[in-house]
Amino acid sequence: MDTLRLFSQFIRGSIRVVAHGGAGYYIWLAVLGVVMAAGLFAYGNQALNGLITSNMRDQVSWGFYIGNFAFLVGVAAAAVVLVIPAYVYNWGPIRDVVLVGELLSVAAIVMCMLFVVVDLGRPEFVWHLMPGFGTPNFPHSLLTWDILVLNCYFLINWFIVTHILFMAFTGRDYNHRLVLPIIFLSIPFAIGIHTVTAFLFMGLEGRPYWHTALLAPRFLAGAFCSGPSLTLVVFLVLRRIGKLSITDAALLKIGELLAYAMAVNLFFVGTEVFTEFYGETAHTVHARFQWFGIDGQSTLATYSWLALAMNATALVIFVAPSLRNRMPLLAAACVLAFGGVFIEKGMGLILPGLTPDALGEVYAYGPSSTEVVVGLGIWAFGAFLFTLMTKVASAITSGSLRSESA
Amino acid sequence: MGTPRNRRVKQAGEAPEPSGSSRRDFIKTAATVGAGAIVAAPAVASGFDFDLESFFQKNFRELSEEELDALVKRLSRKYSKKYGKDVSVSAIGPMDGVLYGYGLDISRCTGCRRCVHACVEENNQSRDPEIQWIRVLEFERSEALRGIDLKDGNPYYEHKEVPDEGKFYIPIACQHCEDSPCSKVCPTGATWREPDGIVVIDYDWCIGCRYCMAACPYGARHFNWAEPNVPAEDINPDMHVIGNVPRKRGVVEKCTFCIQRTRKGRYPACHEICPVGARKFGNLLDPESEIRYVMKHKRTFVLKAELETKPKFFYFWGTEGRS
Repeated sequence: MDTLRLFSQFIRGSIRVVAHGGAGYYIWLAVLGVVMAAGLFAYGNQALNGLITSNMRDQVSWGFYIGNFAFLVGVAAAAVVLVIPAYVYNWGPIRDVVLVGELLSVAAIVMCMLFVVVDLGRPEFVWHLMPGFGTPNFPHSLLTWDILVLNCYFLINWFIVTHILFMAFTGRDYNHRLVLPIIFLSIPFAIGIHTVTAFLFMGLEGRPYWHTALLAPRFLAGAFCSGPSLTLVVFLVLRRIGKLSITDAALLKIGELLAYAMAVNLFFVGTEVFTEFYGETAHTVHARFQWFGIDGQSTLATYSWLALAMNATALVIFVAPSLRNRMPLLAAACVLAFGGVFIEKGMGLILPGLTPDALGEVYAYGPSSTEVVVGLGIWAFGAFLFTLMTKVASAITSGSLRSESA
Repeated sequence: MGTPRNRRVKQAGEAPEPSGSSRRDFIKTAATVGAGAIVAAPAVASGFDFDLESFFQKNFRELSEEELDALVKRLSRKYSKKYGKDVSVSAIGPMDGVLYGYGLDISRCTGCRRCVHACVEENNQSRDPEIQWIRVLEFERSEALRGIDLKDGNPYYEHKEVPDEGKFYIPIACQHCEDSPCSKVCPTGATWREPDGIVVIDYDWCIGCRYCMAACPYGARHFNWAEPNVPAEDINPDMHVIGNVPRKRGVVEKCTFCIQRTRKGRYPACHEICPVGARKFGNLLDPESEIRYVMKHKRTFVLKAELETKPKFFYFWGTEGRS
């Protein structure tokens, strides 16, 4: 009963915190609000008229939405993998850092789920795959596995941050004997959401571009670039606005990690390219579409080379200590890596898999304005969620939000 | 077999009767003998069709005999009212000892696409936006020198007359795989393979995730990107619940071997319309069937055999010496 009353205090306090802020905070929320409203409006249009409002068609039946989903799964997992050592090895005074990483994961998973939902033809029947209500095709369908691991991963992260914040709110330290095992549990799940999402594509024998054992490792490598990159940039922003104290040393450590991750990521891209083109078969047509374009359709090829250039530039900065140790350069490299992986593990992963289609037709897909605006809306919602959660977290960790009894 | 070489068939012409079908006239009207759960419906629905009923409808495979009966009656009523004609929706099940197989004679196909349009009309495919379950690919004979590669095929050919000089044609629809990748990946179990080998979709259960479309190696699955639209006068009132009932927006559909016909002993519409007899259909378990004759006497092959999906749709070069 006592806990319940405290928790209700916690919720009310949190609402008070997110409702008050400086001018910058309100402007930021207003901008996000406008983008979210536009996204909602665009989704309304899609719900009203069907997915014909997208540029997806039978030939390319997945596009921007699923590309964003695949990319964000990586962000969700990697942000947590980054903070795990902090818990396990008590890596310095960085409870705040850990929290921010986990909040980022929570926001990313919510975005993942939204991107899947907006891609559904009939989202109102999503209960058809829930156990008890529907008939989930488990264990045969990898999509049921993906829904399972994503939800578990979400619950794990949500539980950890809520527990830690609530305990801090009541003036107590969190329960190490409870949190540590759950943190350990989150490691296989972080790997799991990548692996299962990669299996989703790898398991399709009819799509040779995806039907490669390297896809899951590529997912992991890409995620270890995009997740920490985003985390580092977010840390920098939060430090600038005074919501987070984090040392340069910690940030540079992340930069070092990114050097390894990007090197492995580009190595994997290279092995794929070698396998496809040195012993070229009929299946190489998909890689050919990705890197050179077919039938004059070369928009994706342009983006693929752009992504490669961005990732390669980022790698140079991450690898050379003299460059990496300059914070603005490191931040720029993170933005490049994030953008490069967004292209490479987003539409750069989806579109070549489906183009040419199963019967060899090249359909030039690019997202429609509806898809782009809905997508931006979801990104804005993710940022909105993250902003509110981070505000509460920082109010609690800084001690400005405490229970009356504490 | 005296079909002249290079016979040209006008694309828009009248379809000649296909030869040698004695079972063709078997059943025309529903509500007849021994047809399992076929139910004829009155023209005018009396009750008010509340949609919550269909919202909470169970997976087709979980429906009891009574629920199936009620569903068939409800749909017959609903569509009779909607289209102003006697619609009869059936849920007739598979016959014992039947495994359907299809054969397609590449040497005969002229690329006239009559099958495509007969299929659209029989199966109530949306006219606007246009959905077609059969895709006919046109190939250059010279390109085939290095072997048939599907990516060389052109589905968008337009000629005054077919076959075009130096071309050959391969129609492709659902291959009704024994190990169907589409049904394996479906997260809700909305698509499955029936005991008679037909891969079907429960349109009321599909959530429209399109994973099956990514999985299908034959491009056989089509999505209702917008509200499907079939003019009432063009509706085929002889319907099957997991066959040609009108689809909704946001669900996937594909060839069902004309389940509403074949389970009553009729040929699929594409088979019946084919003016050159390129299409063969029958029971793979019956040694005397048309399809078994083809498999015994011709060299058949399946598309993308290396994927081991074990299609029940066979292609063959039937007529020696044809070009």
